[in-house]
Amino acid sequence: MRRVLIIGATSAIAQAVGRLYAVPGTRFFLVGRTAEKLQAVVTEYQARGATVVGTHLWDAQRWAEAIELVEQARERLQKFDVVLIAHGNLPEQQQLWHDLTQTLEQFHINATSIIALLTALVPVMEQQQQGVIGVLSSVAGERGRMQMAVYGAAKAAVTAFAAGVRGYLTPFGVRLITIKPGYVDTPMTAHLPKNPLFASPERVARRIYRALERGGPDILYVPWWWRLLMAGVRLVPERLFKHLRI
Amino acid sequence: MRRDAYESWGRYPRHRPALVWRLWGSSERLPPLREGMTVLARGYGRSYGDSCLNEGGLLLDTRGLNRVVAFEPERGILRCEAGVSLAQVLSLIVPHGYFLPVTPGTRWVSLGGAVANDVHGKNHHRAGSFGCHVRAFEVVRSTGERFVCTPTQHGELFRATIGGLGLTGLLTWVELQLRPVETAWMRVEIIPFEHVRDFFRLSQESDEAWEYTVAWVDVTARGRQLGRGIFWRGNHARRGEAPARLPSQSQGLSLPLEAPSWMLNPWSARALNALYYRLQRWRSGPKLMPYERFFYPLDGLRNWNRLYGRRGFLQYQCVFPPREAESAVEEMIGRVAAARATALLGVLKRFGEIPSPGMLSFPRPGTTLAVDLALEGKRTWHLLEELDELVRQTGGALYPAKDARMPPEMFAASFPQWRAFCAYCDPAFSSSFWRRVTAGMLSCGAS
Repeated sequence: MRRVLIIGATSAIAQAVGRLYAVPGTRFFLVGRTAEKLQAVVTEYQARGATVVGTHLWDAQRWAEAIELVEQARERLQKFDVVLIAHGNLPEQQQLWHDLTQTLEQFHINATSIIALLTALVPVMEQQQQGVIGVLSSVAGERGRMQMAVYGAAKAAVTAFAAGVRGYLTPFGVRLITIKPGYVDTPMTAHLPKNPLFASPERVARRIYRALERGGPDILYVPWWWRLLMAGVRLVPERLFKHLRI
Repeated sequence: MRRDAYESWGRYPRHRPALVWRLWGSSERLPPLREGMTVLARGYGRSYGDSCLNEGGLLLDTRGLNRVVAFEPERGILRCEAGVSLAQVLSLIVPHGYFLPVTPGTRWVSLGGAVANDVHGKNHHRAGSFGCHVRAFEVVRSTGERFVCTPTQHGELFRATIGGLGLTGLLTWVELQLRPVETAWMRVEIIPFEHVRDFFRLSQESDEAWEYTVAWVDVTARGRQLGRGIFWRGNHARRGEAPARLPSQSQGLSLPLEAPSWMLNPWSARALNALYYRLQRWRSGPKLMPYERFFYPLDGLRNWNRLYGRRGFLQYQCVFPPREAESAVEEMIGRVAAARATALLGVLKRFGEIPSPGMLSFPRPGTTLAVDLALEGKRTWHLLEELDELVRQTGGALYPAKDARMPPEMFAASFPQWRAFCAYCDPAFSSSFWRRVTAGMLSCGAS
């Protein structure tokens, strides 16, 4: 039996990962932002034979509620075998350059809320001395760029904080995987023009599932070749990079 | 997905949509349509020709409609969103002891597509077409209206939508009656035959005791080997006849790149056909195999359509009425062989008597023959025109899901009910196929 907590359960990637877990015997606690979409996910996982022991509506802007949320999930699930933190929002940076409120809001959604969740999870995982956490970061966090300034900064924060949490939890036998997808063909990227770098959510989900279940690298690039690509991108001197309109 | 990835399975013609819109949930509304803009739903693009293309129009990519809505393991009733693939359905239902009531030769098609083309399978003589097992579905019209259709509720729209080529609106979910099975294995017999005559005899003999029958036929062999082939018949293995475990799932291989067009030519095609015949003859006899190997041998090589290279290929699939079938099939194989076409795959199947529920359904009593042909310019077109003539003379029909070139007269001859069907078309829904086969025929709402 697996006890699975998914935050951002209606995101395309999380839905697809959850689907792989949705077999008889699995218990889910699902957190999402919109009731209708969350209900569709609940119905599907139940149809596949899994049990959904609870759901919670949560907007990541209310990051301070992270502790209550984890408490609630723990009450229902008793313990966490798998935690997947998958919520996020990709804003159009163009519209943020003159908007401080929005900029900070986006940072809170994509970074502060995840830092809050991880912090809330630490004592639980430390105590149960078992389990795995998957955190959706992004290759966008590897190098700041004009078109993804806030998103990239938030993901960089997530990557760094997650590495810290991994260090802390490792002696307790708890794994933490930082997941760094490249472009994934989901509603979040619906407004971006598509190119051959895009991967399907199912493919990304299979890779994530495998890493969560069977182990794998601490930092998971999906598809794997983003590791090489980003290594290349990091080598470009900032002197040149700042002129790139990307 | 990339826009140029919206091609059809035969990769001909290459029509580009003006716009692609991805749907992510069945309760979503359709995007607002500009005046005069046509729209077409599309799943995995396994239709060979242009029935899944909409040049200059809007394509609704339905692969995001991928949720299971309800599953009743006691009664074997499954309701899924329309973009769920048959592969996804199988991975859910087989462990529960169920199977698809009807399945085509690939599992990478969407449920919506299976309904819209009223697909058939190797068990047509027993089970009829896919539409025979559909209990209900929802159709969303371009006006935003939603209709839940069953054989009795909005029955006309139900019958128009089955086999309706996606022209009656967007399918959002489909409810199916599944077929119980005892194991995930198939008991199969592989029987080589020397002449088409033997195919008809084998079909006759086997249809009673075997749920699934189909034949591969070598359409490149000439002379004394003309019409040789391999007959496959199978039944779901019963408990006790097969291991209790599920067969292990293999991901299979993928053809990563398009092969150069010269690689497949009349000679190599002939050699490959001969090789396949020998291989299967050597393997002949009774076998126990996982269902995937029996139903979906071609799914083992993903993107196999790239074998034909840049030029693309056509599949010509027709059905001949029972009385003419034997002579017509022999004649057709003879013509393909004589034309020395680059043909890789010939498939023969005898349809049963069960009527298809759709107004434009293709399956009907008779024998169907499908042939894959590389596109080699004029030669190919000439050959197909000859075959058209043969089909017309015998009172046969062509299959829209495979078609990229039939003239409007052939369509009208194949589906005489098509004008009645037009009344149920959504005024905004259309496809490259539909505009082609109705060109100049009338001002049916969608054209």
